[in-house]
Amino acid sequence: MEKSEKILVNNMNQNTQTYRNRLSYHATVLGGMALLAGTVLVLGEISTLEIIAERLAEDMRASLQQVIPAQRFDNDILQDVVSVTNDAGEPVDVYIGTHSGRISALAFQVSSQGYAGDINIMIGLDASGNILGVRVISHSETPGLGDKIELDKSDWVLSFNGLSLDNTPQEQWGVKKDNGRFDQFTGATITPRTVVREIHEGLEFFNHHKNDILSQYNLENSP
Amino acid sequence: MIPYRQIARDGLWTNNVVLSQMLALCPLMAVTNTATNGLGMGITTTVVLLVSTFVVSVFREFITYEVRIPVFVLLIATVVTLTDMILNAWMHELHKVLGLFIPLIVTNCAILGRAEAYASRNDPISSALDGLMMGLGFTFVLVVLGAMREILGSGTLFSHSENLLGPGFAFLDTEIIPDYKGFLLLVLPPGGFIMLGFLLAIKRMIDVKMQKTG
Repeated sequence: MEKSEKILVNNMNQNTQTYRNRLSYHATVLGGMALLAGTVLVLGEISTLEIIAERLAEDMRASLQQVIPAQRFDNDILQDVVSVTNDAGEPVDVYIGTHSGRISALAFQVSSQGYAGDINIMIGLDASGNILGVRVISHSETPGLGDKIELDKSDWVLSFNGLSLDNTPQEQWGVKKDNGRFDQFTGATITPRTVVREIHEGLEFFNHHKNDILSQYNLENSP
Repeated sequence: MIPYRQIARDGLWTNNVVLSQMLALCPLMAVTNTATNGLGMGITTTVVLLVSTFVVSVFREFITYEVRIPVFVLLIATVVTLTDMILNAWMHELHKVLGLFIPLIVTNCAILGRAEAYASRNDPISSALDGLMMGLGFTFVLVVLGAMREILGSGTLFSHSENLLGPGFAFLDTEIIPDYKGFLLLVLPPGGFIMLGFLLAIKRMIDVKMQKTG
């Protein structure tokens, strides 16, 4: 290699060194990467957004069908939804099932702090407030103790079927330890206690807001 | 020349993420209460490791020493978020099982560890291979630990495997000990630590034995 060529290479190396050491180069690399990551994420979001929404709607439909038997309604239950404010001032989405044009069932979610986190429950009622079914949608209770509230682990949640505020007096809405009518689990009292209370509150919510739900539904479906 | 055997041996055994590097213990404790959960977390982490080490390696020439950590974190977070979206859209059943664990992958220091220790210094192909092998080594530990805790803690093995792998794999769901009352300690995180202790001891014993014979 000629001497002049060597100097050129050296100069180039030195140039590389200096531009890499500049603050602006670091900033450009970081900014460029952020721009790239942002672009990729936006593209990913755009291409999956609709599909994910569809999947979530399917999930919702599946959990609604668990608490309302399929023969009870013939409408698209996901479309007939009204939002009602509960006593705590929070909006609750109430899904309304109709059969031959008459309201036959309702379903809504309740949520409350259990032993280890929120327990989300879907409650299905018929038009006069009898429980058609309840399912725990998500929870983080102790595995092996508190998770008997899942239908997978125990049929305890089925003990609510058919109950209503009319056929079950106030004092029976508790676990047996608190002189109520529901079994508690060995080693877990807080979990079933929370679930019973949540379901009772759900029924009371329906009782208090029955008229709101009906008037809103009629408003949205009037020609 | 890529040292395939060396990379594979390091990832799976000698430099195993959990058993040797002692990394990724948080997701390890969180998900290994059943073998199925361990397997799910393992597979997802492996995919993220594979993709992120490859991407980091591709960009390694541009990234300067001073800004490497934020850039790696950014790249890894992007890969995890993309994985989350793709699983949610096209493998929704799997996402329902793994959904909880996917955000946990970002907290997995092993991924940043591989980006920094290997991918930033080697070519994309060996980096991807390193990520794959490290991921498989991690999966192996997750499944073994999950199986130990599941058998002793609840008397089953691979319960609910059909949710993760599809109905064809329902046969994996076996009841090892019938009418077992369960041993809660092992299902809870402390049991994970105790079992990990045993696993580490077993690994050391095997290493010592191999040294003597080798």
